[in-house]
Amino acid sequence: MSTEMSMPEFEQVEHPGPVSWPETARREIDVIFTRYPDKKSATLPVLWLAVKEFGWISPQVEAIAADVLERPLNEIHAVVTFYTMFPKRPLGRHHIQICRNIACWMANAPELLEYFKARLGIHPGEVTADGRFSLEEVECLAYCECAPALRIDNRYEGNLTREKIDQIISEAL
Amino acid sequence: MKLVTRNIGKENSHTLAVAQADGAYSRVAAAIARTPDDIVQEVIKSNLRGLGGAGFPAGRKWSFLPKGSPKPRYLVVNGDEGEPGTVKDKYIMIHDPHLLIEGIIITCWAIQCHKAFIYIRGEYDLPIQRVESAIAEAKGAGILGERVMGHDFALDIVVHRGAGAYICGEETALLESLEGKRGWPRLKPPFPAVEGYQRCPTVVNNIETLSYVPFVIEMGAQAFADLGSERNGGLRMYSVSGRVKKPGVYELPMGTPLRQIIYEHAGGIAGDRKLKAVIPGGSSSPILTPDEIDVPMDFDSLAKIGSMLGSAGIIVFDETVSIPEALLVLSRFYAHESCGQCTPCREGTAWMEKIIHRIIAGDGSAGDADNLVRIARNIIGNTICPLGDAAAMPVISYVTKFRGEFEEWIKRGRPISAREAPITHIGEKMPGRSAVAV
Ligand SMILES: Cc1cc2nc3c(=O)[nH]c(=O)nc-3n(C[C@H](O)[C@H](O)[C@H](O)COP(=O)(O)O)c2cc1C
Ligand code: SF4
Ligand code: FES
Repeated sequence: MSTEMSMPEFEQVEHPGPVSWPETARREIDVIFTRYPDKKSATLPVLWLAVKEFGWISPQVEAIAADVLERPLNEIHAVVTFYTMFPKRPLGRHHIQICRNIACWMANAPELLEYFKARLGIHPGEVTADGRFSLEEVECLAYCECAPALRIDNRYEGNLTREKIDQIISEAL
Repeated sequence: MKLVTRNIGKENSHTLAVAQADGAYSRVAAAIARTPDDIVQEVIKSNLRGLGGAGFPAGRKWSFLPKGSPKPRYLVVNGDEGEPGTVKDKYIMIHDPHLLIEGIIITCWAIQCHKAFIYIRGEYDLPIQRVESAIAEAKGAGILGERVMGHDFALDIVVHRGAGAYICGEETALLESLEGKRGWPRLKPPFPAVEGYQRCPTVVNNIETLSYVPFVIEMGAQAFADLGSERNGGLRMYSVSGRVKKPGVYELPMGTPLRQIIYEHAGGIAGDRKLKAVIPGGSSSPILTPDEIDVPMDFDSLAKIGSMLGSAGIIVFDETVSIPEALLVLSRFYAHESCGQCTPCREGTAWMEKIIHRIIAGDGSAGDADNLVRIARNIIGNTICPLGDAAAMPVISYVTKFRGEFEEWIKRGRPISAREAPITHIGEKMPGRSAVAV
């Protein structure tokens, strides 16, 4: 919704071939269903499982999610596109989310973002040519006491400096 | 004195063995021995307020559940922690998840509910993992399940992971999201207590609020209330960020003066520079000037001076921070997070961002400060949820209290040194800015 400063919107990318839930995922979905009074409430957890299984949520993934959730496809699409954490296209092997909100901004996050862009040769919303990294600018990560902060894969890093960024990049294979 | 933060720093404080050695779940039996209504009354008397933002008295909210409804009841715990400047709930989830579960058990007994959901923001991998394994441990030990600690009371707790949307912290958007939909806030009334999750009576409370409940039972309402200030019982966690020497979370009595939090607990201003302004309660709260910081940090005292205690996310600005640029950062955030349902919020937040952006870019015009205030006033009170107000109030307070700074940007335009840079560099090359690594 924001103007020129937000990350570029990309089209949802299709998977190269057909996708289907592996048997293990089907069993996990059955467990998820036991937690809620209806299937619809299981939508977010099923989509999270889809991200784990398929890497991103393509139109094909939306279709198989709609199928197990017994919901119309357009409803699933509306949900997928509402939430910023559901990737709509392949990400890098390491996805970096750098905060741009108030505490991080005050702690020089804009300059560190420039540094990331220079080191990786990509802009927010892009993936490096070798597929190793993708970069995203995000709002407050609730790590303001350690500003400037970022989230990479499943962890947080705070009190960022150029040296720390170098280290994060060299350690992520 | 510490309550909800007292186990932080202890080794393995998140495990059942360590937590129980420290008294976790010791207050459940005492609570279940009393009638549910008795517990509700106790919590009302304790003056425990909702610590997620709005400050509504917790016990009173519980008492609004309709009596005798045949529908199931739900407790939904808000762990979305999205308000910029607020970092507290994660400490409880990471270091003391069993305290949270104990608070949930006692609350569920008080409101007679058998199913609780904990909605945790999607980025919080470690908090989610800690809370989930604590629930599993508690189930294994018979603390949760068909018979809570051997009592004739069943309780199940489910963790629900969010997926990146600030608006889902708003309670009705959160319920929509839990129901598997987009996080579009609902018009109130009906309030969640009457029609919440799946149109059933639902209590929504913040993580920190519920984590204080075991202490209300342990200490008694009066002793808990006495820790705080008038009508604001107990302690709370203040998140401090920005230009202070020791940013972090400080658990202190309700009503602790803001000056004391900044200068004593957080060590004062970084680099011993001068204080310029303080956001007292998360990014949505109107900003305070240095002559206002003797205010006691409780809901009523801040309301009296036209601001909000909110989530108690204190963000400190020193003399080198540019107020118009800071407002651009926040306005961009609100424009980005508006769910778009209401025209005044959707259009207003976009326009406010655009106008501040053009002021910063050196293209501001003479009426722009007034334009901002006018647009903001048109949002307030005209929207479905409080995000509209949350976006408008900072604009009004920053422009009113620091009008000279906006006028100067408008008159002089963008500094030449910054002209080359795209606007996403805001902050980088502005006069007087220094890179502070606290
Ligand atoms: C835009 C918006 C965002 C909110 N975000 C949160 C949040 O992240 N966490 C939270 O506990 N409350 C948040 N709230 C407040 C909730 O709507 C609700 O008042 C609160 O969870 C109730 O719990 P409490 O009474 O224990 O504070 C938000 C409110 C609004 C309007
Ligand atoms: S006020 Fe804004 S965020 Fe809230 S419902 Fe309306 S458009 Fe959505
Ligand atoms: S502002 Fe960056 S983590 Fe909160």
